[in-house]
Amino acid sequence: MPKKKILVVGGGISGITTAIEVAEVGYEVVLIEKLPYLGGRVVKMNQYFPKLCPPYCGLEINFRRIKQNPGITIFTSTIIENISGSKGNFTVTLKTKPAFVKNNCTVCGECEKVCPVERTNEFNYEMNKTKAIYLPHEMAFPWKYTIDENVCLKNNCKKCVEVCKYNAIDLEATSKQLQLNVSSIVFATGWYPYDATKLDNMNFGVFPNVITNVMMERLSAPNGPTLGKILRPSDNKEPKTIAFVQCAGSRDENHLPYCSGVCCTASLKHALYIREQLPEAKVKIFYIDLRVYGRNEDFLNKVESDKNIELIKGKVGLIDENPDTKGLIIKAEDTMTGIRKKEEVDMVVLATGIVPNKIDIEKINYDNNGFIIPGLLEDGIFAASCTKRPLDVSASLKDATGMALKAIQETK
Amino acid sequence: MNKKTGVYICSGCEIGKCIDIDALANIAKNEYNTECCINHSFLCNDEGIGIIKKDIAEKKLDAVVIAACSSRVNTSEFSFENNVIIERVNLREQVVWCHPPNDEDTQMLAEDTLRMGIAKTMSILNPEPFIGENLSSDILVIGGGITGITSAIEAAKAGYKIYLVEKSDKLGGWANNLYKQLPQKYPYQQLENPIISDKISEIEKFNNIDIFTSSEIKEISGQPGMFEILISQNGKDKNFRAGSIVMATGWKPYDATKLTEFGYGRFKNIITNVEMEHLAKENNIIKPSDGKPVNSVLFIQCAGSRDNKHLPYCSNFCCGTSLKQAKYIRDFNAESSVFIIYKDIRTPGHYENFYKEIQNDEQIFLTKGDVVDISEENEELIVTVDNTLFDEQIQIKVDLIVLATGMTPANSEELNLNYRLGKGLPLLKYNFPDSHFICFPYETRRTGIYAAGALREPMDITSSIEDAAGATLKAIQCIEATKRGESVHPRSGDKSYPDLYLERCTDCKRCTEECPFGAYDETEKGTPLPNPNRCRRCGICLGACPERIINFSDFSINSISSMIKAVNIPDEFEEKPRVLVFVCENDAYPAFDMAGFKRLQYSAYVRIIPVRCIGSVNNVWISDALSQGFDGILQIGCKPGENYQCHFINGSELTEKRGENISETLEKMMLEPERIKTEFLEINEYHRIPEIINDYIEIIEDIGPNPFKEI
Repeated sequence: MPKKKILVVGGGISGITTAIEVAEVGYEVVLIEKLPYLGGRVVKMNQYFPKLCPPYCGLEINFRRIKQNPGITIFTSTIIENISGSKGNFTVTLKTKPAFVKNNCTVCGECEKVCPVERTNEFNYEMNKTKAIYLPHEMAFPWKYTIDENVCLKNNCKKCVEVCKYNAIDLEATSKQLQLNVSSIVFATGWYPYDATKLDNMNFGVFPNVITNVMMERLSAPNGPTLGKILRPSDNKEPKTIAFVQCAGSRDENHLPYCSGVCCTASLKHALYIREQLPEAKVKIFYIDLRVYGRNEDFLNKVESDKNIELIKGKVGLIDENPDTKGLIIKAEDTMTGIRKKEEVDMVVLATGIVPNKIDIEKINYDNNGFIIPGLLEDGIFAASCTKRPLDVSASLKDATGMALKAIQETK
Repeated sequence: MNKKTGVYICSGCEIGKCIDIDALANIAKNEYNTECCINHSFLCNDEGIGIIKKDIAEKKLDAVVIAACSSRVNTSEFSFENNVIIERVNLREQVVWCHPPNDEDTQMLAEDTLRMGIAKTMSILNPEPFIGENLSSDILVIGGGITGITSAIEAAKAGYKIYLVEKSDKLGGWANNLYKQLPQKYPYQQLENPIISDKISEIEKFNNIDIFTSSEIKEISGQPGMFEILISQNGKDKNFRAGSIVMATGWKPYDATKLTEFGYGRFKNIITNVEMEHLAKENNIIKPSDGKPVNSVLFIQCAGSRDNKHLPYCSNFCCGTSLKQAKYIRDFNAESSVFIIYKDIRTPGHYENFYKEIQNDEQIFLTKGDVVDISEENEELIVTVDNTLFDEQIQIKVDLIVLATGMTPANSEELNLNYRLGKGLPLLKYNFPDSHFICFPYETRRTGIYAAGALREPMDITSSIEDAAGATLKAIQCIEATKRGESVHPRSGDKSYPDLYLERCTDCKRCTEECPFGAYDETEKGTPLPNPNRCRRCGICLGACPERIINFSDFSINSISSMIKAVNIPDEFEEKPRVLVFVCENDAYPAFDMAGFKRLQYSAYVRIIPVRCIGSVNNVWISDALSQGFDGILQIGCKPGENYQCHFINGSELTEKRGENISETLEKMMLEPERIKTEFLEINEYHRIPEIINDYIEIIEDIGPNPFKEI
């Protein structure tokens, strides 16, 4: 009898972890990811708190573990369409987008030079553009180019096909369907940042210098749209004053009623990025509660001891723009003193929360906030990490490792 | 044995355009007399791979050298039958992409890089795994609280046998004392009955779990797959063998007697959150002083937490616990009022829903504030709170004060390891066991022993249950990897292990002291006793050994020395200095690849050798390089210090420490100390590489050629 396989849905850090941990016990695992590369949200981060170390470092080890383990099969650009059967014997239907760029791409980059079409770059949260054929990011795994089929001119252009010396581009490629028999399924489909345009008074998307925390992460990253320089979007100048609005849409019945647990520490980290890069800059953080958990407390101490960073317990009510300076006028109440403040800063960062990704599969039940309710999952199907509740990277990895155990129990 | 080696040089991806491939082929044939040497314009396509496969089969090759792209790419394409040694010579990322094309120095670099690759291939063997005898697949779980019970149940469900050892006379730990627990079910607003009794009934159903209550660990010796466990149950010794260990000995409440500033011990009606839970469980929330009913309670959050005089960290559970206790106090007595004085209310995730529920109760009054004074008058406690949300000092009179105290980890020395490096787990800050707590949270420094639950970091029941499952998976994985003779994380799957030529050992103890994972025990005399299943294959012992007697079959003193010796050193009149660069293969090596991809240009005078960890660099390689005529040596490792990034914990620190000894050696050789330099580089700091290399070359050019060149 062939060995039972385990399916992991989602190739972010949690899914990667579940898949590798399962495979290193000795089981076969299939890991699918809807994007053309693995790494999910963390690969877009500049540094992790509290060590301020690059996520690539741990990812590199994980990718090496994947490369050397024949028990792991990866399908990128792939989603799950259907699940039938029951625990120990599920049949899943997977759908893979057309592989316009084949595995023999050598990342020589000639295609990109001749491609006439541009697309907004979701990797950098739309802050810059790439060509229609592009390398998702420099350390992308798998390391190969990909084509955005929504904008590619295909056979009306074919410039990339002509220039590719390695015959690695096939514009005729079609999507593929695959059926697999698996014994258990782990959903590690992760999260997306809350849509800040829904926060009326914050005027994100209206005033260019109002950005979100995930954008701040890209602005600070050496491989980001500004090559790691923290510049305000309206004029590409270094901001002198930056305000952070905590719980932007979080702990709020009209938006996300829950606390995402990571945004406070993330903003503290951003404040440290700013202080490191712009020693004169002043940072103001408006918060409800500073939720910096466990051993990260000394990270908070570090920020508190910085005289250029001001922590204000207070709620920001409105962000307006000074049309002359493009600076932002913040109206906020200091909860401790009751004093209403109105001040101008060069840039505002909205600390938006974690929203779980939903998968359109009948067998999964979600709560009103979109989180999977583990108790209602069918036997043999498991949910990892941020699909159940908002978690930071470390806690996600704990849970993802635990779900690896749940998954192998079903193969017995 | 001379290996039958095939060399395959790819000219694709600009390689053929930038360097003279025929000259490289001649080196393989003439200098190394390889079995064959093939050039191909697209080696990683089916045709190229086909040629290699055919040669392996027909020419019965022992080794293939693939001079093409980095070993980090096309890994599956360039993998062949297990017994063939595969060496990747990085001509693309680290030669042609970062040095000028058709340049004499680029060509020399390409040729030396190939020479090093072939020389290495000639001097290594494919590892034969160490597989111990009578390997056990059983798991020892220490601690019978919620974490230990969960671990045992989950491992049993996966088909493993478990020994569960608990100090006290019954299972359950702290969770036994709970009256209620925080909501775990949507919509997360109602308190729930503690889960622990269900768990205890569940564990009793498994016949593959042996439970030892009233038991302590007397000694643990051995290694993964072969741990010899000696326990004492009610004074009677018992022993068994286990494959791996989950350490779930939990936590202790912070000692409230130290909290004199909050009046604990001074006033009878000041209790801790743990004591509150006891009262509730007994259905008896009364004033300890006189047994009268309690009508008002004030909670002091962070009592001894987030406080450098006591516990500098946040224990994560105390806010939720106080909200829970406030709720049930109100449920017990509808007339009661509750005050909660906090620094910040920390209720992550779904607990926020419960917090909202509490805020709807007008009899529960919450404010940020600092308690500045507590006194007693007419059987009432008077609490003075400053810095409140009312911008003024307030006084609150209550019947009872509850101090929300935090968690401290249990002492991991309860493990009683009979190890050279101590009885317990090495500790990180605040006495929690060391781990790569972001990326690889379960990696303690004692292989096969996995800390879980509140021992590892402060956590509540839900987190502990999750944590138990994760640690148990790692324990199972360790058992299975050990059976295959493979290393566990981070060099998972590595079958090599250190081989010691003990006849030449001088008992200097450096290997036993420096191994970050405590893999070595020691005889009384100080001779190392290796435990291969504890080894994580970092090679730090290899780097430490002054007698050069520690080797891995595919990574040895000889393999690196032969690479060093393979480099052609121009004489001093050519004015072409040579700098040997040892790079950590986990972080610095990928950074060099990225520098290439970004076409960053740096001096072609460097010769790069990747090593398992920068701490695995042996001083003999440095003296080999100097006597060979290298003008300088650069060692590039990961960031050391408190926020270390070294995957083997202290490789970089050891390099710095050993550097001091090397300077003395240099002085004796009448060489300038600048000839050896250590740098720390993060994986995404590839932009720093040109500066690091070129600055160092400049220094070397300033001090002039190595005088040993001519000898």
